[in-house]
Amino acid sequence: MNIMIEIFNLEFMRNAFMAGIMLSPVLAVVSFFVVLRRLSFVGVGVAHSAFGGIALGFFLGISPTLTAIAFAIAVSNAIGYIGRHGKLSADTAIGIFFAFAMALGVVFIGLSDQYNVDLFGYLFGNILAITTNDLIIIALLGGFVLISIFLLFKELLFVSFDREVALVSGMPVAFLYHFFLTILAMSVVISMKIIGIILVSALLVIPGAAASQITDRYIPMIAIAIAVALTSTAGGLLFSYYADLASGATIVILSSIIFFILFIVGRFRT
Amino acid sequence: MKEHETDIGNKKAVYAELQNVWVSYYNKWVLKSIYLKCYQGEIFGIVGPNGGGKSTLLKVILGLVRPQKGVVKLFGHMPDKHNRLEVGYLPQISKADRSFPVTALDIVLMGLYNRIGFFKRPGSKSREVAMEMLSRINMADHAKKPFGMLSGGQQQRIHIARALASKPRLLVLDEPSTGVDSVAQEDFYELLAKFRDEMNISVIMVSHDIGVITAHADRIACLNLEIHYHGEPDSCFEPEIMQKLYGKNLNVMVHDPGCATCSLMKHEHND
Repeated sequence: MNIMIEIFNLEFMRNAFMAGIMLSPVLAVVSFFVVLRRLSFVGVGVAHSAFGGIALGFFLGISPTLTAIAFAIAVSNAIGYIGRHGKLSADTAIGIFFAFAMALGVVFIGLSDQYNVDLFGYLFGNILAITTNDLIIIALLGGFVLISIFLLFKELLFVSFDREVALVSGMPVAFLYHFFLTILAMSVVISMKIIGIILVSALLVIPGAAASQITDRYIPMIAIAIAVALTSTAGGLLFSYYADLASGATIVILSSIIFFILFIVGRFRT
Repeated sequence: MKEHETDIGNKKAVYAELQNVWVSYYNKWVLKSIYLKCYQGEIFGIVGPNGGGKSTLLKVILGLVRPQKGVVKLFGHMPDKHNRLEVGYLPQISKADRSFPVTALDIVLMGLYNRIGFFKRPGSKSREVAMEMLSRINMADHAKKPFGMLSGGQQQRIHIARALASKPRLLVLDEPSTGVDSVAQEDFYELLAKFRDEMNISVIMVSHDIGVITAHADRIACLNLEIHYHGEPDSCFEPEIMQKLYGKNLNVMVHDPGCATCSLMKHEHND
């Protein structure tokens, strides 16, 4: 108990926990739809492309969070647009944008005169990095993501079930797709400081995938996904503090372990 | 109900009509000079080999694919997102994810989402309508079952209930026999005929299974890039037409089309 008090006396740990608690439901609910719509590779692509946005922020000397949000939203919608209109599959579009955005990022960092940038922290998460400003951004954007998913839940569910049937039944399929890509990009960017760009895509899949192993109803599935995300972030942050490891890595490892446990439980269930 | 073009000598409304429709993908024609008509209250079957343009034809009727040339009419107008709402669409059941975390009732409720509107949850009234649809297909006991746990035939009936919940005038079915065992198929087509008679709806279905189509459709079209036949089921079996559809080495199993279709054809002459 004393150890817990010690941890929460530290401002950076309080901030990290606040961030983790706010991010968990956001990532869990988004991952629910990522798993249903099989968009996990889109998640990977959008997360990596946020790196280009961060580097652009450093290059221009403005908030990297803002440029990352704009960049990630633009890239995710471009992936969606090309996937729908081009002669390419979304998969190919992701492969191109992913590499292009990362390369742009490297060039921007090379051109900028800031050499003390904590790139490692952005890539793999840094427990020390969360400021009060970050908490406000997480609360605002995370709140927006959760409220809008709540309001459009049945439409998103229908489109995830069968795109063409939903289209014929009058659902605004294209709007819902781009809307989902936008909130996916927002979720990636608000998670990047604590979980990291490279690792956040894991949390866009694992909570939903883990929950789907032990239930076939959506309300319990979302509840379990939130529980998985909360356990992983809280446990991962504690472990990150004691072992002095990148917070993103410990969170993702813990969530993967939970996934494998639920996977085995799921096998025994059937 | 809206006014529709009617044929001379036939008082039935034309629900779907294609006039000289041409569609190409990547500079290759997949539909050539298609003319067809589907009337109110009939089961219209489109049969042909895989890759013969059947799914594209359905998408043209639904307005999801725009033809390069020709006129498409759905309930007398160009198909768009408004008149498309009067169509119930049934995909191939294999397309639906077997582990999708919803119940049978949830699927039927999806048919009502458009009417419920944005930002609202399905209320008790919607649930009543959905349960009534489930009773009509004898699936009320399965309402709370996970959709993925149902058999292919049951899933297909749930889809019918979903499509009918939105009170369509036309059902469009893509390969309804796929993934459904033959006993369930018979039940399914009986159900279709029942809804055709009770609700006076039309059905357009495509299949590569010529036996199924000829046994259950009121009128058929044989499609392989072009329409090779358009009319009542039994005379589709001219060797010449069959060869155009399936090539010279055709080997198609047909279960006595004559007797199975005559009762259906009588139905067409009732009015």
